[in-house]
Amino acid sequence: MLNKLTAYELLEKLKKKEASVNNITTALSARIKETDPKVCAYVRLDQPGQINQCGLPISIKDNICTEGLNTECCSKILAGFKPPYDATVIKKLKSAGISIWPNKLNMDEFAFGSSTENSCFGPTRNPWNLDCVPGGSSGGSAAAVAADEAVWALGSDTGGSIRQPAAFCGVVGLKPTYGRVSRYGLIAFASSLDQIGPLTKDVRDNALLMSIISGHDEKDSTSADVAVPDYTQSLSGDIKGLKIGVPKEYFIEGIEPETRKIIEEAINKLKGLGAQVAPVSLPNSQYAVPVYYIIATAEASSNLARFDGDQYGLRKANIQNLIESYKQTRGEGFGQEAKRRILLGTFALSHGYYDAYYLRALKVRTLIKQDFDRVFSEFDCIVAPTSPTPAFNIGEKSADPLSMYLSDIYTISVNLAGIPAISLPCGLTKSGLPVGLQILAKPFAEETIFRASYAYEQSTEWHKIKPKL
Amino acid sequence: MAISRETIEYVANLSRIQLGEDELKKFSDQLAAILDFIDKLKNADISNVSPTSHILPLSNILREDAPKESLSASQALANAPQERNNFYIVPKAIE
Repeated sequence: MLNKLTAYELLEKLKKKEASVNNITTALSARIKETDPKVCAYVRLDQPGQINQCGLPISIKDNICTEGLNTECCSKILAGFKPPYDATVIKKLKSAGISIWPNKLNMDEFAFGSSTENSCFGPTRNPWNLDCVPGGSSGGSAAAVAADEAVWALGSDTGGSIRQPAAFCGVVGLKPTYGRVSRYGLIAFASSLDQIGPLTKDVRDNALLMSIISGHDEKDSTSADVAVPDYTQSLSGDIKGLKIGVPKEYFIEGIEPETRKIIEEAINKLKGLGAQVAPVSLPNSQYAVPVYYIIATAEASSNLARFDGDQYGLRKANIQNLIESYKQTRGEGFGQEAKRRILLGTFALSHGYYDAYYLRALKVRTLIKQDFDRVFSEFDCIVAPTSPTPAFNIGEKSADPLSMYLSDIYTISVNLAGIPAISLPCGLTKSGLPVGLQILAKPFAEETIFRASYAYEQSTEWHKIKPKL
Repeated sequence: MAISRETIEYVANLSRIQLGEDELKKFSDQLAAILDFIDKLKNADISNVSPTSHILPLSNILREDAPKESLSASQALANAPQERNNFYIVPKAIE
């Protein structure tokens, strides 16, 4: 049963000597053995790594470097890669007395996807309904926390990859402000958009984990030198007078009626708690998905140039010519979505198309950011759905990349603007699938997000309902 | 916008990715559909708008050029597909 508790509750038990780290690890291992054959949140369970069992464990997405522990981005091209160093977030966790769980969490290859179906290890399944996807790309992280196979987890979010799976699996997931958390040791997808963030069972754990992993890092020149508060101090439960904007553009097209109703009920709840709620407009929202698929793929095509079989990972054997070796290694090592995105990004950056696609996208990105600046000059936060639908079926969107891309319509603009946003559980559909409420704030206003989400969470029971597995 | 087979072959070569016959066909169709969708950006008024490549007001972050702790040669080479005498071995780059 220890595996069902939150990190905060477990830390209290450890402090009072009511449980040992060994008890907790044993409970988690038993749970993984029991339910992970169905959920498939973890990868390489047949090759358990070494763990220093000195503290409360945390589970880590397969794209965050852990020294000596395989980190493969769920891609064949990184098969067998054991990083020679720890990511800064891993160092910070270890310094705080947290242990790294010896198996990593499943994801879409290189974080390219919204369903965790693009993993070379096969898909993760949603603990609430095993026929459904857990969301992605941090689907393993969200599913493991939801299934009580992990106390808490780290994921990464480039266009919604923490928040959308958190919504689909009924857990709490935060995409921090760009620069809040060091990206050193996060295998890069799109460097101007990527952030590491926490996936947890409740808001308190999320605040606790953010206080540990945030901060400036000289090894990441894009990390911000902004003081890190103790985020748990924001959990007052009081949101009287908080000014909340609701973007009208997020409720027009594509949103499922049941999701819409659940989100509207959550907004009413916030009003009931004393928040001042008013409609706002983010007129350039319609451009977020196309802007993203130019900028993110352009950056990815550049970042993924390093996977050529020279220094690590897969190398196609017995090829005498260097360029031919690169082509065959990459042709074999990358999956379909990785190839699609590298091709699209290379196209957008290629001679004759740069101005029409890449430069235009960077300019529209400015418009999207200005929309948020305008709203946040008057409002403390924005509330919206995390996803237009609950979890979809495995296989439902995998043949049509464009329909998959559109499932991130409410999360992507947050990354383009660099602002923080959380997803927290706010209801279940009639068929028993979780719905996520998204709360956005201005840069470095994570405290406002925690304050609002904790007040909402404490007035509802959604975070206490568990999937039956 | 249609994407010809030649364009996909050209981009695949720039990307250093060997594509199979079925992939060439499939990616031509899929990229055409995605680019049609992206054409929506032509409706945005971007006159007098400057590009945002990065959201933080940071540029040219420099540090002292001083030696620091770093990986040893054996650590750096630990994942090498092929190595000899502290060097990576790769296929021949020049004929």
